[in-house]
Amino acid sequence: MTSLILILISALFFNGIIGRVKSISAGRKGPGIMQPIKDVIRLFRKGSVYSEVSGPVFKAAPAFYLASVIVAILCVPFGSKAGLISFSGDFVFFAYALALGKLFCIIGALDTGSSIEGMGAAREATYSMLAEPAFFLIMGSLALMTGHSSFQSIFAALHPVGPMSWALTAIAMYIFLVLAMVENSRMPVDDPKTHLELTMIHEVMVLDNSGIDLGLIFVTGYLKFAMYAALIANLFIGSIPVGFGIPVFLAVQAVCAVIIGLNESFTARFRMNHNPQFIFTLACIALLAVFGVMLMSGQLV
Amino acid sequence: MNFQPISGLSLWFMAIFTIVFACGAIYGTGYMKHYTGRPLRNTLHWINYAIAYISMMLLCVVENSITFLVCWEIMALSSFFLVIYESEKPETIKAGINFFIQSHISVVLLTAGFVMIAAKTGTYSFSAIPRYCIENNGMTAFLLLFAGFGVKAGFVPFHTWLPYAHPAAPAHISGVMSGVIIKIGIFGILRMITLFSIDFVAAGAIILTVSAISGLYGVMMAIIQHNLKKLLAYHSIENIGIIGMGIGLGCIGAGNGNTVLATLGFAGALLHTLNHALFKSVLFFCSGNVYHGTHTLDIESLGGLAKTMPWTAALFLISSIAICGLPPMNGFISEFLIYSGLFGWMQGAEPGVTTGAIFSILALVMIGGLAILCFTKAFGIIFLGSPRTEIEAHEMEPRRIVPLAIEALIMLSIGLFPGFYAKLAGSALECFPYATGATLAAKADLGAVGFASLIFLLLAGIIYVARNRRNTRRSIAEGPTWGCGYTEGTPRIQYTATSFVKTYVQLFSFLLGNKKEQEIPTEIFPVSGHFESESYDKLESGLIDKPLGAYHRLMDKFTFLQNGKMQFYVLYGVIFIVFTIILSIIFR
Repeated sequence: MTSLILILISALFFNGIIGRVKSISAGRKGPGIMQPIKDVIRLFRKGSVYSEVSGPVFKAAPAFYLASVIVAILCVPFGSKAGLISFSGDFVFFAYALALGKLFCIIGALDTGSSIEGMGAAREATYSMLAEPAFFLIMGSLALMTGHSSFQSIFAALHPVGPMSWALTAIAMYIFLVLAMVENSRMPVDDPKTHLELTMIHEVMVLDNSGIDLGLIFVTGYLKFAMYAALIANLFIGSIPVGFGIPVFLAVQAVCAVIIGLNESFTARFRMNHNPQFIFTLACIALLAVFGVMLMSGQLV
Repeated sequence: MNFQPISGLSLWFMAIFTIVFACGAIYGTGYMKHYTGRPLRNTLHWINYAIAYISMMLLCVVENSITFLVCWEIMALSSFFLVIYESEKPETIKAGINFFIQSHISVVLLTAGFVMIAAKTGTYSFSAIPRYCIENNGMTAFLLLFAGFGVKAGFVPFHTWLPYAHPAAPAHISGVMSGVIIKIGIFGILRMITLFSIDFVAAGAIILTVSAISGLYGVMMAIIQHNLKKLLAYHSIENIGIIGMGIGLGCIGAGNGNTVLATLGFAGALLHTLNHALFKSVLFFCSGNVYHGTHTLDIESLGGLAKTMPWTAALFLISSIAICGLPPMNGFISEFLIYSGLFGWMQGAEPGVTTGAIFSILALVMIGGLAILCFTKAFGIIFLGSPRTEIEAHEMEPRRIVPLAIEALIMLSIGLFPGFYAKLAGSALECFPYATGATLAAKADLGAVGFASLIFLLLAGIIYVARNRRNTRRSIAEGPTWGCGYTEGTPRIQYTATSFVKTYVQLFSFLLGNKKEQEIPTEIFPVSGHFESESYDKLESGLIDKPLGAYHRLMDKFTFLQNGKMQFYVLYGVIFIVFTIILSIIFR
């Protein structure tokens, strides 16, 4: 429950912080920290325009997309305190729930019959296929090191293991952070702030969504960021008391948002055909982490 | 004659076969209404359907390898006749013959395996197999039988008949074939595992490797198919791979005496057999509805069917989610069991094992991701958007919807209440060494998985209802799809299946024998240009076509023997008789 509330709170500010960091580093005055939330509230009040081509799938997709991310968030623990959904192998459920949301997002985009949205959908499907192994491998290496197989028990047992755990934490941090950027189609994979048609993946998939549907999709994006940052925070708070855990958790969220903001300010987007390599590199790094753990524990022949 | 009670394993498979055959029969009566005017052929078709069902039931209960082979042959022949129903089409006959020959390769391998055992033990009864394994190393016989059953199940590299036979058969037959007839191969493998006692770790490693390759190869080939039924056929290979991964894990667990691994592996395999039987038959039945609704199965020329065929579209979507192994459907449950087994195995801390486990996990994850790519393509291009060509689709009668809906309900119930079905599989599970229902209940928290799926459905429902209530009070307008300023869009500019998977094809071009033929328009006022691409199964060309070509060339050298002169043929006969007489004198 703690993690759910904290993630919801962080999600309120996450994209606002990214925006602030970007405008400060660009020397602009920029929107306020609550602007993303204000956008969503405005969208919730608006009416919608639907394409004549689209049907019920298009209308249901944002709801299912949001629900999938909320269910995934319910799996995320708060350090040694389990999330609302917690069982052995819950990270498999976590990943598959997210994949389900993506499936709905993709077919929602295809329902409009727009070639541009189809393009975005195709890329989303291909890239998420490439990104998924990284998550499973890094979770596999954590599971291998701790000998546990649920989020909560892995995070609770992570740190007493030894110096190796800090090395693994660093790699896991990197992977979760980049995964968050890939999943939300941020730099360097995609640039959400270009003119809509030039954005190549996620933003282009939601071209036809308007009103409350677009609001739901925005909310989902904010939650996804906070969710990945919560996973990163969990790498640290497993073995410290809850009282200290909460500030650490919030600090990690803020740091992640700042890093993403800085990254967006100072890097350029890749060419589309370089993205698969970049994303698959993540899986390779995760594989190295697994082999590292195996080497340390003497399981590599 | 001594009668034994039917084992839990047989009952499990008999239940699966019965459900799918029953739904297929109801659906089939609707499907066959499009083929009236040839009563004899239809009668023969339904008789063969019944014979196929009965022979499969018999295969589950026989305890003697000769009887088993006879039933196997009956099953193979009847399904051959089922496949070639539309025998006036040349490609159907070709696919049928291909299926016929490959079925008999399987028979040859099985016969060899069973005869090997019978030669040592002197009896064809299955009960002799454990004795045979004590006195001999049973590995060779086991691998022969595995290969024989593998041809039927469609493990790579014995998979080449599937992508031809499934599209050629009528939809209800494809559904039944892919759903259950190939599962008789899985049943055979599992039955042999309960009988043999060999080095299960080595056997399991072999099965796991073959299955991981089958799973990956199946889905990778499926993505580039543009014929809906062929796409589904390749997905059968993928799912057989997932089932096989479960079996492999179970074997390794049984070999090591690892109760948890054996339980999770075999339970995953058993449940995935049920799951695949359900969702794959629904998908094939849907493809039949699409075919009769639009008279084409070419994904590229379809589109927008969700409006004209809403029920078929909904059922296709539900089964797509299931086949991708996503919650809240049933596919997730069996994949979850296999994942749990793999992660548990990885933590087993035996040197060398961890690498195998990691690569198996990687394979399973990739299979999942690729399946999502494939089914978003299939569902999105066929059912969403607007029609890409002028097709007048219409929904099918209830007879072709209701059985599918029943199967879909069972699928959803497996996804939401997996604990119940795991308990049902308990008695089948206990046929295997070291696997117990109690361990399954203790080690895999299926209740929690079902509960999580239920939460997802509830949340989605709540959000959707809330959204609708809110929208009723807002202004809702309709307009054309946003074309980014371009207003003269036609259905032809929609994204196509080929373009949807283009990035993927480029990434994996080294594995997919994709051929391109293009003429790029040049000049300032281009006159002509075209682009064509086709895919061909690389393994098929390497393993089937090349050896066959070589065989043909070899045989061509002997055509001079067949010169059409009667005297020569008489001479051959005389030479043959003389030769046999001489031989029999020498080797008296």
